[in-house]
Amino acid sequence: MSLSEPRPGTATRETLPGPSIDFWKHRHVLDLDDFSREETDLVFEIAEGMVEILDRDVKKVPTLRGKTIATIFFEPSTRTRASFELAAKYLGADTISLDAVKSSVAKGESLIDSLRTLQALEVDAIIMRHPCSGAPYIAAHNLDTSIINAGDGWHAHPSQGLLDIFTMRQQLGDLKGRKAVIVGDILHSRVARSNIWGTRHYGMKLILCAPPTLIPRGLPEMLERCSLSHVTIEYDLDSAIKNADIVMPLRLQKERQQSGLISSLREYIQGYQINAARLAGAKPDVLVMHPGPMNEGAEISPEVAYGARSLIEQQVTNGVAVRMALLYLIAGGKNK
Amino acid sequence: MTNDHLLIKNVRILDPAAGAEETGDILVAEGKILKTGKDLSAAGAAIIDASGLIACPGFIDLHCHLRQPGYENKETIATGAAAAARGGYTTICCMPNTNPPLDSAATVSYVRDIASKDAPLVKILPVGCITAGRAGRELTNMIELATAGCIGFSDDGSPVSDSRIMSLAMENAAVLNLPVIDHCEDINLSQGGHMNDGWVAVRLGLKGIPAAAEEIMVARDIALCELTGARLHVTHMSTAGSTQLVRNAKQRGLKVTCDVTPHNLTLTHERVMKVQDDPRTPLAYDTNARVTPPLRAPADIAALIRGITDGTIDAIATDHAPHTIEEKLCEFENAVSGISGFETAFGVLMSLVHTGRISLNALLTCLTTGPASILRNGTGTLKAGACADLALLDVDQEWTVDVQDFLSKGRNTPYAGCKLKGLVVATISGGRLSFRHNSLRIS
Repeated sequence: MSLSEPRPGTATRETLPGPSIDFWKHRHVLDLDDFSREETDLVFEIAEGMVEILDRDVKKVPTLRGKTIATIFFEPSTRTRASFELAAKYLGADTISLDAVKSSVAKGESLIDSLRTLQALEVDAIIMRHPCSGAPYIAAHNLDTSIINAGDGWHAHPSQGLLDIFTMRQQLGDLKGRKAVIVGDILHSRVARSNIWGTRHYGMKLILCAPPTLIPRGLPEMLERCSLSHVTIEYDLDSAIKNADIVMPLRLQKERQQSGLISSLREYIQGYQINAARLAGAKPDVLVMHPGPMNEGAEISPEVAYGARSLIEQQVTNGVAVRMALLYLIAGGKNK
Repeated sequence: MTNDHLLIKNVRILDPAAGAEETGDILVAEGKILKTGKDLSAAGAAIIDASGLIACPGFIDLHCHLRQPGYENKETIATGAAAAARGGYTTICCMPNTNPPLDSAATVSYVRDIASKDAPLVKILPVGCITAGRAGRELTNMIELATAGCIGFSDDGSPVSDSRIMSLAMENAAVLNLPVIDHCEDINLSQGGHMNDGWVAVRLGLKGIPAAAEEIMVARDIALCELTGARLHVTHMSTAGSTQLVRNAKQRGLKVTCDVTPHNLTLTHERVMKVQDDPRTPLAYDTNARVTPPLRAPADIAALIRGITDGTIDAIATDHAPHTIEEKLCEFENAVSGISGFETAFGVLMSLVHTGRISLNALLTCLTTGPASILRNGTGTLKAGACADLALLDVDQEWTVDVQDFLSKGRNTPYAGCKLKGLVVATISGGRLSFRHNSLRIS
């Protein structure tokens, strides 16, 4: 058996869901706000097949052979970038990777020009991260190539939202009636925003918990306007965490103290750190997730981060599987 | 009769200054309005058949950016004036944030020289800086600026944060009897903001500019106005709270006036997010809807419209702010603020009249007599003897905004492609046509 040949019974383009894929209408993956339940489920179904591939000794399948996937990161990142690139490579695609932080942008090239160059190189999809909210939308409005948003400003991180929900479902099965708490810097968090949208189809409750300075003022109205009634806001962590099935602290960046959003790290830890004592108020089998990178000792204590209830490593593995599923749907479809 | 006579026939004459409305003729001679009345005639005069049209005083814009000197790639005095004339404007006040800024008699004279050479028909009135370099620290030579022809003082866009400096500026302006025109923004509170602080900003992951950032400065300026006795003009006011502050100040007899923009009267912050009503259209992040002050909430628009109706708001100013395509074809956060507004202002504002939200008379008051009463230069009327500055309007003419057709260099507008109802058919400045639409019948 050749290295590139898939084993029987594993997920390839032939055995992946065929007919049901017809309702997949996305040329881009910008956020989860326009993902239906069926579309999200489809990603998860395909990702399950990908998890199986990731368990093998030889992880490479030929699904995207001959396709080229570009990553362009306008903001430093190691994990998400590595995850996407591995996902593309495991599917047999060629990858090119541009570090826009150091290259052309520093010379004054505009966002659109950088991306047009990639488009002219005939890549099949562009995976982009950008510090400005909405940058991938500007790209999608001005280019023909498929854009996958790997994080834009405070706005969205759809592949992270998908891998988080995928991980929850892997552990808990049906999420109906489950309660998840996202704790911390909601104001600046694209992960929180994508999770808000992604979880809306699954009948679960999502609580956002932070000091008031880290919750955007317009959030309650936004939740109401967008019919996101499964989300509530809670300032007190001990009440938020009561009977929680999942707790997800967000990274607390050091700059937040300088800008006055938190008065001191000490006070933040007292009020909002996820540690063993805090988790006592949750369900006994509560699961702990973290989108990374962690700031251990700040938003999460090491004993919890590496404890038995932690899913943080599974999230990383699942991230590759979910991104493989997205690449398959975006670059491998017959619409090309 | 010389051939600089112009006879406008069968026109519906609306002169908010006179409170008069009649249908008849207007005879213009030697740059002035000679008379208005029925069945006028003048041998040798050029005749405009204006049946079906409205004649009103030429529009007066208290706030625009002509970009010259320094940013001629965005606009020049010539292109800006041409765009203004197409919009029905005969008098425009240009803001001092040029490069160099209008903080010395030399730069003010330069602008006036270029204006008289490149745009002789449109009255271009410069606004001088409050502080040197618009840096908020040292006052300009305000007497010198007034002598050079400035009609008021403003550090537009970079408001004076230091209340002491502002109070000194107001004391000087009070003696000169010129208004201090303030862009009201507490820049500590608005810092890093890109759009209105509200649910749309949260949805888009953008930092908001709270209404309070404007209202804090409006309140401060009103207090300083009371302290110094200066004339305060709050420009491009955008919030319900500011409107109430100005209303109260006026009731207390303070010398406070204000203007609002066409876009802040007609578009909400949702425009940043979507171009169409289709919820499945991807988020727009439309940089053409990026403007300072930002597009606000529907309640703010309702309050501004109430302010026009009850006379709290004196004027509508375009804040015409032309920019290049590259400056807008970028990330929302990196895009410059501003809308190219001259050529769409009237059509956009007529939507408020056609939907019954304000009267035509209230609209024309805010475009003519309202701003004229702040400039106090005798413009904004069709009375006999007045300078013949007029706009001829077809209030029911529908047209589609085509930015490629703009006379302004700035094609940055959220109204691109919009269908508007209400067209400026001709503009007459000092008795001469500064703009004519191809439908104008002239013989």
